[in-house]
Amino acid sequence: MGLVMLVAKRLAFGLLTLFVISLIIFLGMELLPGDLAEAILGQAATPETVAAFRRQLGLDQPAATRYIQWLSKFVQGDLGVSLANQRDISELIGTRLTNTLFLAAVAAVISVPLAVMLGILAALYRNTWFDKAISMATLSTISFPDFFIAYILIAFLAVQLNLFPAISKLTPSMSLGQKLYAVALPAMTLTLVVAAHMMRMTRAAILNLLSSPYIEMAQLKGLSRSRIILHHALPNALSPIINVIVINLAFLVVGVVVVEVVFVYPGLGQLFVDAVSKRDLPVVQAGALIFAAIYVLLNLTADVLSILSNPRLRHPR
Amino acid sequence: MDALRTLSKASWSAKAGVIIIAVYISAAVLAPLIAPYGETEVVGEVWEPFGGATLLGTDQLGRDLLTRLLYGARNTISIALATTLLAFCIGITAGFFAAIVGGWVDNILSRIVDILMAIPILIFALMILSVLGTSVPTLIIVVAVLDSTRVFRLSRALAMDVSVMDFVEVARLRGEGLWWIMRREIFPNTLVPLVAEIGLRFCFVFLFISALSFLGLGIQPPAADWGGMLRENAGAITFGILTPLIPAAAIAVLTIGVNMVVDWFLQQTSGLQGE
Repeated sequence: MGLVMLVAKRLAFGLLTLFVISLIIFLGMELLPGDLAEAILGQAATPETVAAFRRQLGLDQPAATRYIQWLSKFVQGDLGVSLANQRDISELIGTRLTNTLFLAAVAAVISVPLAVMLGILAALYRNTWFDKAISMATLSTISFPDFFIAYILIAFLAVQLNLFPAISKLTPSMSLGQKLYAVALPAMTLTLVVAAHMMRMTRAAILNLLSSPYIEMAQLKGLSRSRIILHHALPNALSPIINVIVINLAFLVVGVVVVEVVFVYPGLGQLFVDAVSKRDLPVVQAGALIFAAIYVLLNLTADVLSILSNPRLRHPR
Repeated sequence: MDALRTLSKASWSAKAGVIIIAVYISAAVLAPLIAPYGETEVVGEVWEPFGGATLLGTDQLGRDLLTRLLYGARNTISIALATTLLAFCIGITAGFFAAIVGGWVDNILSRIVDILMAIPILIFALMILSVLGTSVPTLIIVVAVLDSTRVFRLSRALAMDVSVMDFVEVARLRGEGLWWIMRREIFPNTLVPLVAEIGLRFCFVFLFISALSFLGLGIQPPAADWGGMLRENAGAITFGILTPLIPAAAIAVLTIGVNMVVDWFLQQTSGLQGE
């Protein structure tokens, strides 16, 4: 009962968060000093064009009405019209969102097993040269800005060795293999960025348990090091590890923005950044809400999973 | 003198970190004196290689890369530092306030922070900048407010522990005001973790502002800044010219340097002195 309540409570809070975020994103537009229409059309606009533009945006209606309309349309998949080219935003975003999720998924499929495996190995062979080398490598990738890693990979793997394309073009007619080849460098960049953090946390979560009495007992029993870590420490470390994995996946979806710009990848991040610099506010709003929703949902999943994977909560006394 | 003696006993990584930070600060402060050319002065052809009249070559408009790099240190570091300090002023004040007053004030502030932290910071910052436009003061305020949520969490947790201590109780009974308790009782007792946090937050803000500039939405040209320099010169990388990587490397090295010093500081103050 306690478990169900905890999960339900967390879900309710997640939904509330999403609702408030949509409100904040909507109010962001209201925040604009002066009038949106005047700001976008510039000084030279005649009062008639401003009025027409305001009608087009629906700015002549009260904010509350517009918010409810915007949100109910959003939920139905109607995201409005871009100011820059008058195109339907859902159409603009559709394939780009798929592309972004594809890139994030490829990076996740590589980085999660890699990070967990390296983390377990580093815990197993702790304080050896192997552990120290991995620790140094992860520390430096954490300190590097992601665009730096991206350009280093471009400079060496794309330009010098000519192994992978420096620009990731993606067309619907490509086969899965071709697509994977096209996203090789961006996926590698993202892997390096997130794997470091996940690996460090995996190692820390396991080492944290090694001083507990039941591990000491296992040692005194004469169990091998690998058996202690895999059978005794890992199950208890699972909850923090899962948590950090999902949080990093959430980070991945956002971190994708910079990486997409570097590789000119046709994803949502690129569209979002373009819209921000063009001040195409409906697209910015839609993009921000989608990114925030994915982020919130993944964080929610992290919390729910860590509740579920905690043995103490699963088997209440 | 005392500081120097402590430093001479520090690990090599801490020394390296201090040296890195000192070099960066002097580059930032002395930029107008040591830079060979003016910040936006065109001195040669586009993308000239290493050597010759320009030590590191030129950028996409023929400006001296070394000069831009030095001025970039000035712009990027000072803006990141100002942002971090502002974030700390906001975060610490709000965090201490929430912890001492407690009750519904604490509840409301904490829920606001929860909500703000639920939105990815990059997306949030980009959204606000698209509405407010990009100028240096806006940039500093927006990033500082968003980053202060993280400071709030830490300073609230720290102040919670301290505010239940006897000496705070005594100060309250003595009739000291809220501001006095925050400044004279709580602050000195939370200083050590907060100083370490300043270092780490600075790294984050510094990387964050560089990323915004890289996206073309942070510090605006013609002002030199490292993220923007990489963006402008990235095209050269595909021709096999590596100089555009120097500003990015500059960002990475400073981040590592600050991290090394913070690690050492934490080790010193936590009493876990190795070696």
